[in-house]
Amino acid sequence: MTDLPRAQDLGMMGCHVCRLITAYTEDPHARCPRCHNPLHPRKAGSITRAWAFLISAAIFYVPANLFPIMRTQSLLSKDDNTILSGVFELWRNGSPDLAIIVFTASIVVPVLKFCIMGFLLTSVQRASDYGPRQRAKLYRFVELVGYWSMLDVFVVAILSALVHFKVLSRVEPLPGVIYFGIVVVLTMLAAMSFDPRLIWDKRKAR
Amino acid sequence: MSDTQQGNTPEGDDLPQPEVRRSKMGVSLIWLVPIIAALVGISLLVNHYISAGPQIEVTFQTGEGIEIGKTQVKYKNVVIGKVTSMRLSKDRTHVRVVIDLEKNASEFATKGTRYWVVRPRIGAGGVSGFDTLLSGAFIGADTGTSEEDQSDFTGLETPPAVTHGAPGRRFELHTGDLGSLDIGSPVYFRRIQVGRIVSYELDKDGKGVSLQLFVDGPNDRFVTKDSRFWNASGVDVSLGADGLKLNTQSLATVVAGGVAFSDPLGPHDESPAPEMSSYTLFGDQATALAPPDGNPRYMRMRFEHSLRGLNVDAPVELLGVKVGKVVSVNLDYDPEKHSFPVVVGVLVYPQRLGKAHDKLAQVLGGDPETLFPRIMKGLVDHGLRAQARTGNLLTGQLYIAMDVDPKAAKVEFNPNGKPLEVPTVPGDFDHLQEQLSGIVDKISKIPFDSIGKNLDGSLHELHGTLHQVNTELMPEAKKTLQGVNRTVGTANDALSENSPLQQNIANTLEELQRTVRSVRAFTDYLGRHPEALLRGRGADAPPPATAPSSPKQGKEGQP
Repeated sequence: MTDLPRAQDLGMMGCHVCRLITAYTEDPHARCPRCHNPLHPRKAGSITRAWAFLISAAIFYVPANLFPIMRTQSLLSKDDNTILSGVFELWRNGSPDLAIIVFTASIVVPVLKFCIMGFLLTSVQRASDYGPRQRAKLYRFVELVGYWSMLDVFVVAILSALVHFKVLSRVEPLPGVIYFGIVVVLTMLAAMSFDPRLIWDKRKAR
Repeated sequence: MSDTQQGNTPEGDDLPQPEVRRSKMGVSLIWLVPIIAALVGISLLVNHYISAGPQIEVTFQTGEGIEIGKTQVKYKNVVIGKVTSMRLSKDRTHVRVVIDLEKNASEFATKGTRYWVVRPRIGAGGVSGFDTLLSGAFIGADTGTSEEDQSDFTGLETPPAVTHGAPGRRFELHTGDLGSLDIGSPVYFRRIQVGRIVSYELDKDGKGVSLQLFVDGPNDRFVTKDSRFWNASGVDVSLGADGLKLNTQSLATVVAGGVAFSDPLGPHDESPAPEMSSYTLFGDQATALAPPDGNPRYMRMRFEHSLRGLNVDAPVELLGVKVGKVVSVNLDYDPEKHSFPVVVGVLVYPQRLGKAHDKLAQVLGGDPETLFPRIMKGLVDHGLRAQARTGNLLTGQLYIAMDVDPKAAKVEFNPNGKPLEVPTVPGDFDHLQEQLSGIVDKISKIPFDSIGKNLDGSLHELHGTLHQVNTELMPEAKKTLQGVNRTVGTANDALSENSPLQQNIANTLEELQRTVRSVRAFTDYLGRHPEALLRGRGADAPPPATAPSSPKQGKEGQP
């Protein structure tokens, strides 16, 4: 596997847009001679970007969990729920299955994404040799699972649109859900910015 | 185009070379994203820190209805904070509730601020906190005046009756016992609720109760220096000369109690009373509105006969004016006479004598301390004697009457005696006995025997007369009546519509009518033709000239 040549090894690279194969260049300002699209052997600044998005997402993850995301108002009570308190509430009120789903989608998945992305980025930066295939799988997992974290946002949006019975009961979105949405978008952007080819790159050079 | 060429790319030559356009790009802009994120995060933190108000701790007897993170603190129904945690105190006697106040509510963390839990309360006076039934309990707050910071409060168990800054004034009442009054009991003026009782406590000596009441503005101006307060609890039923009277302030006071006040009749000081003026709480309206009594004087009376029916609180009257009351009825022993005199202690309010007292004071002058004994001495010398009289014939209740009896035997009266002892005369019950025996004597002198005999003879005669009437007169009368009955029947027959007499009369009348008509025709004819008397009735042919012009005449002319 290690001796399989990369495009770079064969002295060529491709345009992302028109798929023209050109001679390999490391110059970051190179452009495609046919369509004038910038040419990169790898995604430009992918590690930097991924880190930037990841850090931003981590920062927003704090308010997303501290602020209440939803207010359920009924005739008898008014409840402001953060993500975690909502999970507890669901668990207590006899729907542990739902609680687990929400907990997985809203807490486990984002945290996993932070960990996996952090791990991928550091391992790439340190040119780690460890299990490139497994790391590629992890990356695919992150990409795949990314938008499912929007579950919470959808739940709030749908509930506040549907449950609207004046005095009897009402669901209102609260600021926490915005931060949570930002976290999800930023983690998706981080995953998108990451170039999985980097997993294989430095290994060869060693 | 470009001079960059890789030596290790064998096929590089026939590949198109990428163009290079150099554009100046410094630091990657992507770092703006985390910077913005960090800024947002920091701003949130700063915002939270700025908007966070002081944290206070309030202790309550119970945590009933309080929920962490949900129970709000409200002032005038505006949320000013939230309960963030709650725990038991170390000695487990109460609950410590930690409240995060909002920034703009920092003045609620000062000394004098009061906190209480608003729960639905249902009392005899009504329902309060009804909204909390649905929304759950919340903590009410009321700020104080102090600027001094405080973070540890003791919560009230009941909502304060008066919120800070409410217009109105507080007053103090003194009474013997609390009765059915309670915190929140209404205060009435002209049967309108104008305030309520705020607090009560035992006097330090334990001999009475002090009540604080709050009268809302602007009605507090009706509390004057001379106002009288009375306990309006319960129903006041009085049976007087004008019938049964039932008096109560409102139905609620019957159950929950209340206090009413009013100005006394007649001239009085109408200037509004200052805050925290002290008043006496009277038992009822009549006592409250009675003229002031002044200092009572204690006097003693010694009766030699039974005083059954004389109770403590029985009235003492002077010439029919109630001037005091009985405070004690005790038995004494007289070793000389081997008798058991009854010693009655009375309190007399000289002020109740009104003008008489003032005038006596003027006439007698001298030291006001010894005025009353001197007045009494004068009165006793003139024959004033105390007497136990029956006040109520139904119940046999006695009262003490002090009346001037000019015929009374002279008695020594010691004006310096303590207490003063008023000479007594036997009660009117003794008189009554004498009078009764007199009446019985007179009655026994009446010759009932001869009266009875006479009456018996008269009755005998009456009996004979009645017998005669029954046996002789009655059958005759019966016969006569039957005869009368028959006569009337005949008359009825004769006069009935179908009787021959009636028909005859009708026929006769018809005949008579016809006769009259012909006579009239005859006279008419004669009137027109007087000559007919001489010539007889003319030829049948009427005059042709008149026939068409007056057919009526022609007709009439034919009898």
